[in-house]
Amino acid sequence: MLRFTIRRLAWAVPTLLLVTFLVYVALRLGTDPLQSYLRTNPRASKEKIEQYKSVNGLSSNYVLGYFHWLKNFVTFNWPRSIKGSREVWPELKDAMANTIRLGTFATVVGVSIGLLVGMFAALKPGSRRDVAVNTGAFLGVSIPPYITAVLFQLVFAVYWSRWFGKTLFPTSGVYPPGHTGFNLVLMLKHMALPMMVVAIQVIATYSRYMRSSLLDVMNSDFMRTARSKGISERQVLLKHGVRNALIPVVTIAALDIGSIIGGLIISENIFAYPGMGLYFLDSFTNGDFPLLMPWMVLVVASTLMFNLIADVSYAFLDPRIRLD
Amino acid sequence: MTEFATISPKRMAMRRFLSHKAAVGSCVLLSIMVLAVILAPISARYGVNESVRKPPNTFLPPQKLAWFGTDDIGRDLYSRLIYGIRVSLIIGLFTAVISTVIGCVVGAVAGFRGGRFDDIVMRVTDLFLAFPFLVALLVIRNTLGSIGWLIAIIGDKSSVRFIVFLLSFFGWMGVARIVRGQVLALKEREFIEAARAVGATRRYIVRRHLLPNSIGPIMVALSFAVVGAITAESTLAFFGYGPQAGDGATSLGILVGAAKGAVQTGYWWIAVFPCFALVLISLAINFIGDALRDATDPRLDRGE
Amino acid sequence: MSELVLSIRDLRVTFDTPLGPLEAVRGVDLDVHAGEMMGVVGESGSGKSVTFLAAMGLLPHQAKVSGSVMLNGQEMLGASNKVLRNMRGGLMSMIFQDPLSALNPVHRVGDQIVEMLKAHQQKMSDKDAAKRAVELLDIVGIPQASERAHQYPHEFSGGMRQRVVIAIAIANNPKVLIADEPTTALDVTVQAQILEVIERVQKSFGTAVVLITHDLGVIARVADRVNVMYAGCNVEKGGVESLFDHPSHPYTRGLLASLPHEGVERLTPITGFPPNMLMPPPGCGFAPRCSHVTDACLASLPSLRTFSDLETACIRAEELVVKAGLS
Repeated sequence: MLRFTIRRLAWAVPTLLLVTFLVYVALRLGTDPLQSYLRTNPRASKEKIEQYKSVNGLSSNYVLGYFHWLKNFVTFNWPRSIKGSREVWPELKDAMANTIRLGTFATVVGVSIGLLVGMFAALKPGSRRDVAVNTGAFLGVSIPPYITAVLFQLVFAVYWSRWFGKTLFPTSGVYPPGHTGFNLVLMLKHMALPMMVVAIQVIATYSRYMRSSLLDVMNSDFMRTARSKGISERQVLLKHGVRNALIPVVTIAALDIGSIIGGLIISENIFAYPGMGLYFLDSFTNGDFPLLMPWMVLVVASTLMFNLIADVSYAFLDPRIRLD
Repeated sequence: MTEFATISPKRMAMRRFLSHKAAVGSCVLLSIMVLAVILAPISARYGVNESVRKPPNTFLPPQKLAWFGTDDIGRDLYSRLIYGIRVSLIIGLFTAVISTVIGCVVGAVAGFRGGRFDDIVMRVTDLFLAFPFLVALLVIRNTLGSIGWLIAIIGDKSSVRFIVFLLSFFGWMGVARIVRGQVLALKEREFIEAARAVGATRRYIVRRHLLPNSIGPIMVALSFAVVGAITAESTLAFFGYGPQAGDGATSLGILVGAAKGAVQTGYWWIAVFPCFALVLISLAINFIGDALRDATDPRLDRGE
Repeated sequence: MSELVLSIRDLRVTFDTPLGPLEAVRGVDLDVHAGEMMGVVGESGSGKSVTFLAAMGLLPHQAKVSGSVMLNGQEMLGASNKVLRNMRGGLMSMIFQDPLSALNPVHRVGDQIVEMLKAHQQKMSDKDAAKRAVELLDIVGIPQASERAHQYPHEFSGGMRQRVVIAIAIANNPKVLIADEPTTALDVTVQAQILEVIERVQKSFGTAVVLITHDLGVIARVADRVNVMYAGCNVEKGGVESLFDHPSHPYTRGLLASLPHEGVERLTPITGFPPNMLMPPPGCGFAPRCSHVTDACLASLPSLRTFSDLETACIRAEELVVKAGLS
């Protein structure tokens, strides 16, 4: 197991380098960092321009430029934003914190409910509750998250106050404007809507996975053997059924994080929640290379990490594939 | 004497498909929609850029003059919806077909040959599929849109051609994985061994044995590719990166995108009708895909 | 005759299928005595497996089961869940055809035996259970049992896995062990080994074994008594030597005749196909394929009756003996 993990980790490093290189090339071609800089700072002096180019590794040779940028990156000599020379890390850190809070909450709630609902449905296939779950999940998967988000906005922002006279869930930001300090209740209230949008997606997806996986397992021979041992039905279900059904679900789960992040980005945009999604959209529209590159590295690294977690947990849960 | 009726596998699959009422209903619905959309100049009541009447004509609620109301410059939403759906369906279909073709080829080769190629393809698709889709989409869109010679071939960032190309760039990966999985499963079956024993070349085996036996999963992949493409296009348009042909041409995505603003202003028809259309189309194609999957790979013990 | 441990009377099993009701078992009577090896022979679709799955209560809920199954004097059909759970793995165990899919792939082999032990001997400590598990693996002939108890099913070969399955089944010293085609999925050489394990277990624990198979060779080797099934019914019963020497039912005769044996150049299969149990023939199940069929045979389903030292369901048994010149 350990060797397996270490080997995978060893692969992760060159992959990270390669992918960030490709990202670097893509961003240079796509967002034209130099042009964006000049556009935002039309009266920049020649030295400033040269400094900008140098710190960001924007030489004409892409490979050299990449390594130049890489050197600055790993030595924490990060260039500042093209807009107002803001420091990158504080903003990135806040955005990350916000998104992690939102994402974790949504994922935990979504996955637990989704798995339970899937189990609930699989236990009586074809029954009314199974049909209900199926239909619900289907709808959840077919309706793009931004539509749900807009719908929620409609209901909670516009109509709720109209009907009830006060707002239940605010529809933007992390705290009401002008608020300072930490307040758990307010924070949760502001997170509620974007979290629900993402959670719906997650519940729909995972209930389908779990239901399908559990149904497969329920019809396996070893379930029959388990029953023929005379153990309680609950033990059969949990120790044998669910335990085996979780294997494919977990592997898909870790890879699915990407789509959860995608849903988060859309949610954040619509509810003006200042997380990684909003950070990306803003800096992308502005062509803010210094802001974008660290963000990209972070996201690529976490994607690779989740891939690794998926591989390792698969090996952990299913002893059949632990061969190296 | 008892007799055993014989039904070909295709017939059985057809029967199973037809037993899914939702899927059948979806087929009917989609056919009607496609028909309406093909006959656009006739089925639409106004041109795509045509004002309903002389001002005041903006933001009219649904009425006899404009069944779905009018938009911010007085155009009939119903007609625009028809034209918009046409564009989106075209994008969806073309993307799906191109993705499927590329995906089949890559997936079949990867699955059949295995080895290094397979490993690389798997790792690459793994990464792309795990990476947040919207981000990759936007970044690649800009990148591809800046490559001079590419633009000459496929049009610039706002053209339909470009969007089809862009979405196919991502679309083939999902199909490739499905086809690869199927090929891997079939590869070990005896009839492949038999073919090899008779001296069939690898290409022949892929062409004559593997691909025809994979039609089921391929069709399923195709239908999900269509939904994926339509959804992706609408997401792009929602954020303002959709197709922007001139003359007021529109797509389903653009119309849905307008829903964002309509929320605050209370012009509900601008949001409701396009969103409803999008959800309906997604549902319909998803139902069909689901039923196809069930028809070609039945799990007899589902109690359904 | 030693005491009766399992007694099945007029067992009928009908499945509710989308194409209509399927009568898998149509009135089976069966007795299993303590310590004996009872062979149940039949082709696919004869109802042999379903009969015993019904006895164990392991059929899905679409199956309608009627009749009586008495195990150790207690009625099993319709019994409470508690009684059934007690029975399964405690008084009566079942092993199945494919050992790889029968074992849970993610649990260690030792743990799977311990699970069986603790389900019926709750007072047993974990340590004792683990020790007993290793002993059981030893009994079924697994080398280096204490190390291999920590391994997973996929680390065993097919024959070894089936031994593990047997170890699990006998863990609580059941009165009846039902072996449903235990050797069908294994190589011929391994088949003999597994049969030997089953025999050994039977002799040392005094377990009655019901050996379900379509392979007459297996029956000839180990069974004491035989029960031949066709189209959901018993067609012939008797001691193994009597049956093989002078089979009374045309189906049994056909089975024996179709075996390859010395001096025979061409194999003689039984012509025709087994009946469709969605629409079973009104009379004897074998009648459509029988070369001695009469109108009486097609009229109504015959029941078992004594015929010399066997029991047979063929109404023409006496005539056919005379005709063939057998005695």
